[in-house]
Amino acid sequence: MQHHLILRVVTRFVLPFILLFALYVQFHGDFGPGGGFQAGVIFAAGMILYTLVFGLDNATRVVPPSALRVLMASGVLLYLAVGFATVLLGGNFLSYDTLAENAKDGQHYGILLVELGVGITVTSTMIAIFYVFVGRNLPSDDTRAGS
Amino acid sequence: MIEFILDLIILVFLLVVAVTVIRLRDLFAVVMLFGIYSFLSATFFVLLDAVDVAFTEAAVGAGVATMLMLATLALTERREKRPTHTPLIPLMVVLATGALLVYGTTDMPAFGSAAAPVHTHVAPHYLYESPKEIGIPNVVTAVLASYRGFDTLGEVVVVFTAGVGVLTLLGFSRRERDESENS
Repeated sequence: MQHHLILRVVTRFVLPFILLFALYVQFHGDFGPGGGFQAGVIFAAGMILYTLVFGLDNATRVVPPSALRVLMASGVLLYLAVGFATVLLGGNFLSYDTLAENAKDGQHYGILLVELGVGITVTSTMIAIFYVFVGRNLPSDDTRAGS
Repeated sequence: MIEFILDLIILVFLLVVAVTVIRLRDLFAVVMLFGIYSFLSATFFVLLDAVDVAFTEAAVGAGVATMLMLATLALTERREKRPTHTPLIPLMVVLATGALLVYGTTDMPAFGSAAAPVHTHVAPHYLYESPKEIGIPNVVTAVLASYRGFDTLGEVVVVFTAGVGVLTLLGFSRRERDESENS
C-alpha cells in the first residue's frame, strides 16, 4: 500500500478519532450505549485499519504480538481479580457492593474495572487473530510477486 | 406506522441479501453482503430500541468479522466450488425443521406482548431497582456487568479461549518463527 497516498493520509487523520472514540465507549458505557465489548472491537478495528494501510511490520512495532498474548490473559485475570477481591472483602463473588464504603460507589468501581478487563481481552484477542491471519498470508504474497 | 414501514423495508432487504448470499458463488461478494447484512441488522436493532446490541452488531459483524473473513479469503479460494449434487434431501430436512419451528412459535406469547414472561420476571426489577441498587443510568451495562457479572465473565473467557485456539491452530506468524530459529 506504499502508493495509496489518499488512504495513508486519511487513515492518519481518522485513526486518533477512532481510538479516542473507543476509549469514550469504554469509559462512558455506564451512561450511554457501549461497554467493554464494543470498545474493544472498535479499538481493534482501528488497529486493523492501521495494519491494512501501513503494513504488518509497522503494526507489530506499535503493538507487538508478545504484548497481545500478555494482554489477552490479563483482561480475564483483571475480571477474576475483581471477583476474588469482592469475596475477600466479605461479599459474594462479583457482587461489587463491598468494593467501597458506599454500595453504589462499589458498584461503580466494580463495573468500571470489569468492563476494562473485557475491553483489554477483546481488543488484544481481535488484533492477535488478525495478526495471525495476515502473517500467514505474507509468504504466499512474496511467491506470487516472484513468479 | 412509519416505524412499521421501516421495519418492513429492512426485513425485506435482509431477506433479499440472505437469498443472494446463498445463490452467489463469488465469496468476495458474499463477504461484502455479510457486512451489509450486519449493518441492516444493526439498523433493525436501533428501530427495536436495542442500541447496545446494534452497536455490537455494527462493530463486530460489519467491521471486524468482515475483515477476518476477507483475510481468510486471501488465504484460501475466492470462488466456491459447485456442488456435485442437487441438495434435495437437505432441503426437505430444513423445510420440515423450519415448519416445526414456526408451528412451535404459535405457542409463544405475541411479539412485543407486555404479558410475556420476559417482561414480567426479572426485567421490572432491573428497570425499577437498578438506579437504586447500581446507580448507573445505562440499565444494559448494569445487567451485563453487575447483575449478570458471572455470565459476562464466562463470555470474556470464551473470547479468550477462541483467541488461544486460533493462535494455537494457526501458530505464531512465520516471520516470528524464522526469527526464533535464526537466533
